[in-house]
Amino acid sequence: MYDAIEGNVRRTWLLFAGFVVVVAALGYVFGELTGFGHAGAIGAAVLAAVAAWGSYYYSDRIVLSISGAQEAPRELFPYLHNAAEGLAIAAGLPVPRLYVIGDSAPNAFATGRDPQHAAIVVTTGLLDKLDRLELEGVIAHEMAHIQNYDIRLSTIAAVLVGTIALLSDGFLRSMRWGRRRGSRQSGSGLLVLVGIALAILAPIAARLLRMAVSRNREYLADASGVLLTRFPDGLAGALEKISADPEPLEVANKATAHLYIINPLREWGGWTNSLFSTHPPVEERVRRLRAM
Amino acid sequence: MSLYIVGALVLIALFLIALYNRLVVFRNRIDNAWSQIDVQLRRRYDLIPNLVEAVKGYAAHERQVFERVTEARARAIAAGTVGEQGQAESMLTQSLRSLFAVAENYPQLRASENFKHLQEELSGTESKIAFARQFYNDTVLRYNNARQSFPAVVIANAMRFGPREYFEMEEAAREPVKVSF
Repeated sequence: MYDAIEGNVRRTWLLFAGFVVVVAALGYVFGELTGFGHAGAIGAAVLAAVAAWGSYYYSDRIVLSISGAQEAPRELFPYLHNAAEGLAIAAGLPVPRLYVIGDSAPNAFATGRDPQHAAIVVTTGLLDKLDRLELEGVIAHEMAHIQNYDIRLSTIAAVLVGTIALLSDGFLRSMRWGRRRGSRQSGSGLLVLVGIALAILAPIAARLLRMAVSRNREYLADASGVLLTRFPDGLAGALEKISADPEPLEVANKATAHLYIINPLREWGGWTNSLFSTHPPVEERVRRLRAM
Repeated sequence: MSLYIVGALVLIALFLIALYNRLVVFRNRIDNAWSQIDVQLRRRYDLIPNLVEAVKGYAAHERQVFERVTEARARAIAAGTVGEQGQAESMLTQSLRSLFAVAENYPQLRASENFKHLQEELSGTESKIAFARQFYNDTVLRYNNARQSFPAVVIANAMRFGPREYFEMEEAAREPVKVSF
């Protein structure tokens, strides 16, 4: 477990560095195209560093608000509070803040920067569709993510990756706009190529990075979660129910999908699914749980 | 030459101090883990009178059951050692089970908001007891392992670090499941 925590701290720094480099590169190309020169690269690098620093403290709030999560009062959700308090005792961690998303698609995620600033989010569909032992299995899985500091890395990744996606999107748009104005010189053809490559590569890099963020740690969180509940069938049943549910979760998007216990985006299929997927296949997770 | 001997003695002393401190840390962790259980047990004692009252309102003649619950509660509160506590709590769990069996026969009672609330609070508290017990027993296991392994066992015996008892207790709804990794 301490290996997992150390690995996460290291990966978080790599993520910050990678983010600054990619944004600076985008800024460089943008600056050359628009005539700002190197100021583009320097400005972008500074902005990226500030954004990375801010994301350490504010990512959880950003993720909670873009997911439409609202604080779950104890009077309305006694069941959720009891389950979370019990598992916090089992894990020896402080009780995380609890949030709900008003959506009938069952799903859940955890966010925050450390166990003292952690939150668990569940959808109202999850509370309706799972029984107590299954819900405990899910909460225990999220508690394991909190314990391992997975939440810090994946939350910051969600925000930074979302930012890169926004930037490259804006970059492509501004190029199109620039072309229409005819303000570019023909000599910058090479830079345009680089720009296009960056604009295409950035989201792919972002996706591969997210994959590195998730996958194996889902297995680890499943196993450590079961260590808390001592009841593998609870989580296995929950995973089956969540993945069998046909409803899509509307508030989830590509930047936040990797946070959830089961991929909330259902439209992906075919070979891209296995290449870019942020989650290991549910059947495999269930099989490993049942074999415990 | 004597300098080397002094040096060696200082090193040994430091090593023994470190061992001793480690045992103290483990022992404090056990006390902390026990207080987690204690909080939840007390919460259960507090809920029981309300629950008995709620059931009495619909099934006043089931006096025997109420008496059993009240007696088991009093005995659990009075329990001394960890072992006694575990036994008394198991009795209390059993008596509560029969109380709920009685409640099953009164649909109006089961439908009342108050009863539903108490039932949720009680089962929530019971699962917290189970989790706290698990955490406590894991902590005791770690302490007992540390205490018995050489060379800590020398310190443990000299400084009266006695073995600690596991908290065994019959549980309400949860069946303990063996997990092998």
